Amino acid sequence: MSWKLGLDQLTDLARGAALLGTGGGGDPLIGRLLVEQAIREHGPVTVLDPEELDDDAFVIPTAMMGAPTVMVEKIPSGAEPVAALRALEAHLGRSADATMPIECGGINSMIPLFVAARTGLPVVDADGMGRAFPELQMETFSVYGVPGTPMAIAGENGESVIIDTGGDNKRMEWISRGVTVRLGGSSLIAEYAMTGADVKRTAIPRTLSLALAVGRAIRQGRENHTDPVAVLRETLAGTIYTHLRVLFSGKVTDVERRTVEGFTRGRARFTGHDGHSTLELRFQNEHLVAVVDGDVVCIVPDLICVLEGDTAEPITTEGLRYGQRVTVVGISTPDLMRTPEALDVFGPSCFGLDHPFVPVERLVPEAP
Amino acid sequence: MRIGIDVGGTNTDAVLLDGSTVLAATKASTSRDVTTGIVQALDALRAQRAFQPGELTAVMIGTTHFINALVQARDLAPTAALRLGLPATASLPPMVDWPRRLVGAVSGRAYLAHGGHEFDGRHIAELNEAELRAHAADMAAHGVRSVAISSVFSPVSNEFELRAAEVLAAELGPDVALSLSHEIGRIGLLERENATIVNAALRELAAHIVDGLIRSLADYGITAPLYLSQNDGTLMDVEYARRYPVATFASGPTNSMRGAALLSGLGTCAVVDVGGTTSDVGVLSGGFPREATTEVSIAGIRTNFRMPDVVSIGIGGGSLVRETADGPTVGPDSVGYRLTEEALVFGGSTLTATDLAVAAGRADIGDPVAVARLDPTLVKAALDRIAVDVADIVERMRTSADPLPVVAVGGGSVLLPDDLPGAGGVHRPDHFAVANAIGAAIAQVGGEVDRVYAIGSGRREAVVDEARQEAVDRAIAAGADPAGVRIVDFDEVPVPYLPGNATRIRCKAVGDLQLPA
Repeated sequence: MSWKLGLDQLTDLARGAALLGTGGGGDPLIGRLLVEQAIREHGPVTVLDPEELDDDAFVIPTAMMGAPTVMVEKIPSGAEPVAALRALEAHLGRSADATMPIECGGINSMIPLFVAARTGLPVVDADGMGRAFPELQMETFSVYGVPGTPMAIAGENGESVIIDTGGDNKRMEWISRGVTVRLGGSSLIAEYAMTGADVKRTAIPRTLSLALAVGRAIRQGRENHTDPVAVLRETLAGTIYTHLRVLFSGKVTDVERRTVEGFTRGRARFTGHDGHSTLELRFQNEHLVAVVDGDVVCIVPDLICVLEGDTAEPITTEGLRYGQRVTVVGISTPDLMRTPEALDVFGPSCFGLDHPFVPVERLVPEAP
Repeated sequence: MRIGIDVGGTNTDAVLLDGSTVLAATKASTSRDVTTGIVQALDALRAQRAFQPGELTAVMIGTTHFINALVQARDLAPTAALRLGLPATASLPPMVDWPRRLVGAVSGRAYLAHGGHEFDGRHIAELNEAELRAHAADMAAHGVRSVAISSVFSPVSNEFELRAAEVLAAELGPDVALSLSHEIGRIGLLERENATIVNAALRELAAHIVDGLIRSLADYGITAPLYLSQNDGTLMDVEYARRYPVATFASGPTNSMRGAALLSGLGTCAVVDVGGTTSDVGVLSGGFPREATTEVSIAGIRTNFRMPDVVSIGIGGGSLVRETADGPTVGPDSVGYRLTEEALVFGGSTLTATDLAVAAGRADIGDPVAVARLDPTLVKAALDRIAVDVADIVERMRTSADPLPVVAVGGGSVLLPDDLPGAGGVHRPDHFAVANAIGAAIAQVGGEVDRVYAIGSGRREAVVDEARQEAVDRAIAAGADPAGVRIVDFDEVPVPYLPGNATRIRCKAVGDLQLPA
């Protein structure tokens, strides 16, 4: 059933999206403020369950691409994401019936809601990453045969660019990255235009609802003075992200970051409250692998989330600081993201990791 | 000799220091006009230890007056926010995320204009002086008395904020104060802009208070320079304080921790400041408070100030003690300032934490006979409860397996035992009740850089050196003794997805204030 998303749900949604960002995805705050403004002016957003879409409905996802660090300083004019959508509609000669997130983690959970509020289009409760990933081809849409292009990119001066690389989504990523740099390091995009049938076949369903439920669970756990992680575990048990495992509790003892080929790569080290056991997290914008005392305990595409020790507020890799007290959890991803075809696009080997993918619920069998 | 004064919401504390030796210390009530309380404190110091005004080399004041004015929404000037960044940024105009009540309290007006920079220094749009003059005319027509100017990526280039300030100054005249965001905050447009608007709204109050402070010291015959302490434990001179009142916002807990460091002789330690209602626990590292990593919201306004990382629990000298089936509980409710009426040792009928300390022989406060008949088992169990709760917070603030010494300050620190479970001995320095005034007196001066650099191949060291040198130069320009300036904080964060290895570098240098011999 379709439902209305209003102002009072946005803070929970942003918190949940930060968790699904698995350390990256950009701070959803600017996105939340944008949506708040748009909902204040235009009213609540209609969210469609993917099963409600007609097979021949036309869906154009919208997103931000580039450096979240730029977005916190150069805030959009507000016209760009709708301009990207309109440019793609004009190019394709067909109007969208709905928009949709390409990524449910971080700031990109919010951009389609902003577009929906401004245009009156509904937004589909699904996305193509099921979390956050650093590159545009890392989409279940791409894995299961939906071409990313033609795509449209828009900047704050009213300019737009159409990129068409046929079915080559990696090349789309490479060219659009270059255009984004010229636009000042962040841009707004419309891509992966597809039919309702394709959404049902290739998207991770109900991830907006999931982010909202996750954000609400953490808040309620805190408000009721119960363990927010336990509430989170119960909430996830009823979804396609079934398993939550506490991987580690401890303090940040070292953070190392460097920029390589346009990404923040690095590692963070944690020491357990007992003073002996250690956790090492490796990341490329998002967390990739968690190793406790030499053993892999969670690996991409499963989610590795660093939560503030007391409040369970998600912490991004940029927000990691020496001395923070944290709980690190692993969350299982849906089956659609764990097939051999999916792992070829965003599995461990795509990030230069030698370790094969093993589901977190097998790596850490017992819920502690 | 120097004098440190801490003007809190309730008490005005003052100390007279020679080097790091405390010659006199006093605690008085804060007066409504601030200055009367300061004069009383000076009188009290002089009564303890005679000094000639000419012997003083500096007077340092820490105050929560400005943050209280914002929280209580009083004495705020009609303020405009001018942002340079069009066509970008229009989606979220200035003050968009403020509580309506505060927008009203500052009669806030938001203006957007062309300008701003990209991360690499390119212009988003050129400045349009005619547009700025039109905005200035509208501000004048609406009685604006203070203006905050922000420009996109002004920490990278301050060019547009400076030019816009010139245009506005020419249009609005010298009576309208201008606050520029690149001088106040870091990267993060909304947070920096918010801090700048708050600063602008406090400018008139700052001028009033600073004039009052200068006058009351002059009336006292004191000609030594006057400084105010800032959020990060460094000092600013009065002219700077007149322009940047917002920089005093977190000075209270910072001064208390820095004072504790001096009194205990420990540079790295946990500081437990036990007041009447709460205990605040912070960590000093190398003599400076560890900073909070989460965003700091003040009176509902998001900012990116650097604030000390402090965890508070509801245990203080006035905390209520109750007996339950599971043993005694302490706090979080407190009799607060009514301690001297309600506590048993003051003839009242409420069992407070202070009564426990007196009964256990840890403190000599009020009438010990009033607590002589308390059950010793209850007293011990309740004091153990306090020790365990405080020790738990200290434990959570620890960042390594190394032992972290604990320093107790504040009037309520008599509640703590000599040994905290798991944390070892508690240092209880002399003059612990006025640690905050001492912290103000020993503050240093600092300089800071926060900017995105494009680091070319093989250029990293040169860029890092450049950033460090700029921080050092800024500290010296602020009055630091060049001989002792050192880098106390350095943080390098790569900016993803940008070419040229774009990296955000934050660097802070501090040194002792250079005082005339």
